[in-house]
Amino acid sequence: MSTTLIRGAKLLGGEPTDVLIDGETVAAVGAGLTAPEGSTVVEAEGLVALPGLVDLHTHLREPGREDSETVLTGTRAAAVGGYTAVHAMANTFPVADTAGVVEQVWRLGRESGYCDVQPVGAVTVGLEGNKLAELGAMAESAAAVRVFSDDGKCVDDAVIMRRALEYVKAFDGVVAQHAQEPRLTEGAQMNEGAVSGELGLRGWPAVAEESIIARDVLLAAHVGSRVHICHLSTAGSVEIVRWAKSKGWNVTAEVTPHHLLLTDELVRTYNPVYKVNPPLRTEADVMALREALADGTIDCVATDHAPHPHEDKDCEWGAAAMGMVGLETALAVVQHTMVDTGLLDWAGVADRMSLRPAAIGRLAGHGRPVAAGEPANLTLVDPAYRGVVNPAGFASRSRNTPYEGLELPGRVTATFLRGKATVMDGKLT
Amino acid sequence: MKRHLISAADLTRDDALLVLDTAEEMARVADRPIKKLPTLRGRTVVNLFFEDSTRTRISFEAAAKRLSADVINFSAKGSSVSKGESLKDTALTLEAMGADAVVIRHHASGAPHRLATSGWIGGSVVNAGDGTHEHPTQALLDAFTMRRHLAGAPDGGPTFHRGPGDGTGRDLEGRRITIVGDVLHSRVARSNVALLGTLGAHVTLVAPPTLLPIGVESWPCEVSYDLDAVLAKSDAVMMLRVQSERMNAAFFPTEREYARRYGLDGARMAALPEHAIVMHPGPMNRGMEITAEVADSGRCTVVEQVANGVSVRMAVLYLLLGGNEPAVATATPRTEETKQA
Ligand SMILES: [Zn+2]
Repeated sequence: MSTTLIRGAKLLGGEPTDVLIDGETVAAVGAGLTAPEGSTVVEAEGLVALPGLVDLHTHLREPGREDSETVLTGTRAAAVGGYTAVHAMANTFPVADTAGVVEQVWRLGRESGYCDVQPVGAVTVGLEGNKLAELGAMAESAAAVRVFSDDGKCVDDAVIMRRALEYVKAFDGVVAQHAQEPRLTEGAQMNEGAVSGELGLRGWPAVAEESIIARDVLLAAHVGSRVHICHLSTAGSVEIVRWAKSKGWNVTAEVTPHHLLLTDELVRTYNPVYKVNPPLRTEADVMALREALADGTIDCVATDHAPHPHEDKDCEWGAAAMGMVGLETALAVVQHTMVDTGLLDWAGVADRMSLRPAAIGRLAGHGRPVAAGEPANLTLVDPAYRGVVNPAGFASRSRNTPYEGLELPGRVTATFLRGKATVMDGKLT
Repeated sequence: MKRHLISAADLTRDDALLVLDTAEEMARVADRPIKKLPTLRGRTVVNLFFEDSTRTRISFEAAAKRLSADVINFSAKGSSVSKGESLKDTALTLEAMGADAVVIRHHASGAPHRLATSGWIGGSVVNAGDGTHEHPTQALLDAFTMRRHLAGAPDGGPTFHRGPGDGTGRDLEGRRITIVGDVLHSRVARSNVALLGTLGAHVTLVAPPTLLPIGVESWPCEVSYDLDAVLAKSDAVMMLRVQSERMNAAFFPTEREYARRYGLDGARMAALPEHAIVMHPGPMNRGMEITAEVADSGRCTVVEQVANGVSVRMAVLYLLLGGNEPAVATATPRTEETKQA
C-alpha cells in the first residue's frame, strides 16, 4: 500500500500538523510525523486541511443529457472542487426512479474513480408527483439510496408528500423537497419583487417556497419523519426552518453558493447565466441565508450544480434553461461569503460542507473527522490564493457559471479519495 | 442618443425632447404632397417580428419607407413553447444581410436587450415591444400626442392647446397623466411611466390590485385602485387594453365587473377636466375598457396616435441611423420612382 505524508497543513484552519495516509486510511495525525520510506510527501504549509467535501445536490445529467455532463466529467469537476462524494439528483432521462437506474448511476460513479457518487432516488414515478416510486427497492439496491427527491419539481400533493415522509422511515430515508408551489410559479422567470416588476419578467414569489416548507415541516412533525429542504432561498424560509428546529422537529436545509452571493439585480442584464431555480433573490435574503448558515439553521451548502449546454443559455431570457454549474467554485464562494466575512471558520466550513451533508445523506465513510483510523477523504485548500474564474478551464462539460470574470479567493490544491489523490497541485491526476 | 432604443428609461430629457422635436419636423413632411425624404437611402431596416402585430409593423415600415430606407419584413413567429429558429440564428442571418437597424418585437421580455448586447449583430436595435417589459416608441408617440394637446402655451403659461398643435421644445412638466388597466402585463405602461417621469409629468396608475406588479410602490408614480377618484385631476387618461385571457386567471371576476369599475364610459369622461384627452394604444376592446361613446368622441386621440406613431418612428430611425445630417431642413423630397417596394 502507498503512503502519503501531508506536512504542515492547518487542520480545519488550526495549528499546522502532519497527516499520514496509509492506503485508504488516515494512519496518524500530529506534529513532526516521519514519512515512511517510499512515501509521497505533500508540503502543505499555509494550506487548510478539510475532510473531503460532500455535495447533497448535484445534477450529473447521465443518463440522458450527456451533452451537458456525464458522471465522469461531473465527478472530475467535483474532485477539482474538493469533493469526495456527491449526491446525483434523480431528474435524468430515464428518471432515477427504479433500482436499475440508481444502480447504473452508482456503478458509473465507481468506475469514474474521481468521487463517490451516491444516487438520489425519485420520490414519484417519472417525477410526476402522482405515484410513489419503488423507494424500498432503491434503498435495498447496491446504491443503498437514502435521499429521495423529485428535485426540479416539487412534491406538491400533500398526501403524496405525507406518504413519502412516512414510508422512508422504514429505511431511515429522507425526502429532499424542492419547495415550489407550482400554481404560484407558473411561467415564473425570476424572483418576484421590484426588479421583476420593472423588467416585466413573470415573478417567482418567495411565498411559493415558504408555503411548501411550512406545510412540509408540519407534515414531517406529524408523521415523525425527517425532511430536508433543498436550496432554501428566502429570509422567510429561514424563519420557518428556524421555528421548526426550535420545536425539535427533524428538519434540515441546504443553501447553494449562488444564493449566498448573487441577487436578482443581476437579472437586469437579461443574461440567462443568472437564470436559476429557485431564482436569485434580494440582498436581504442573501444576508439572512448567510446568517442562517453561520448559526446552523441551514445545515449545509449544496451546489445544485446544474450543467447546461451553451445553446441553452445563448438565447433570450425566456427561452433559456434554469441552472448554474457550481462544483468547481463552491468552496471559493463559501470562503468569500462566509469565511472572509468572519461568519464561519474553517471548522465551520468542514461541518457545513462535509460532516452535516454526509450525516443527512447517511453516507458512510464521508464527513468523518480527520483522525487516525478514519477513511482518508481529504481536501487541501490554499485560502491565500486569489484568482479570476475562467470557465474555459473547467473540468465540467458545461460552462454556465455566473462567476466568469469574478475574482474569488481560495483554491483546492489537492483532493484525496480514500487515500488516492484525485487532484494534486490544483490539477486532476 | 445611444446606438439602440431598448428602454424608455434610457432616454434623458434631452434625448426625449430631441426625438419629439424631430418627430414634429417629420410630421410636417407628412403634410407635404410627397411624403418622402432621402435621408436613409441605401440603409436597410429589418422589421423582425416574433409576435404578430400588424399595426406596429406597418407603422415602422411606413416610417422607414418615408425615409427611403430599404425595408425587410422578417416574420419569425414562434411561441416560447415551440420555438422555431433561435433568436441568435435569426440575428446572424440579419447581420449577414447587412441590416443597419433591427426593429424587434418579441414575446420574451429582454429579447431586444439581449440582441443589442450579445454581439450577434452590429446594427442598431429598436425595441418594438418585448414581452411585458417595454414599448418605448409607443411611449414616445404617446408623449408626442400629449405634448401637442397639453404642453404649455408658447410663452410658457399654463394654458392648454385646444387641439393638436406643435409642442416643439416643450416637456410635460406638471401634467397629470392617468394610466388605467392591466399594468402588470403592459409594456406600454412601463415605458410610459419611465418617459413621462423624465418629461416632468405626474403619472397615476389605476388598476385592480391584481393587475399591478409587486413593487409598483417603488415606481416613480402614484397608484390608485379608484378610477373615479382621479378623473377630475387628470389632463390625459390612457386606457390600456385588457386581454380576454386575463379573465381565466382570476385577475378579476367578470368582464362586466371590470368594465363597471375600471372602464371609461360617458359619465366618467364627463368628470374629466374640459381640456383632458382620452388615449388608447389600440386595438380597443369597445365595451370593456372603453365604451363606443368615448372611443368615438372628439376627445379620444386614438387615430391621431396612429399618425403620430409614424412621425415618432421616423424620428427614432433617423436619429439612430442618420445621426448627424439634418433630417428635413436641407432635404429635397424624393420623387415617387425612388420608392422602395
Ligand atoms: Zn431543485
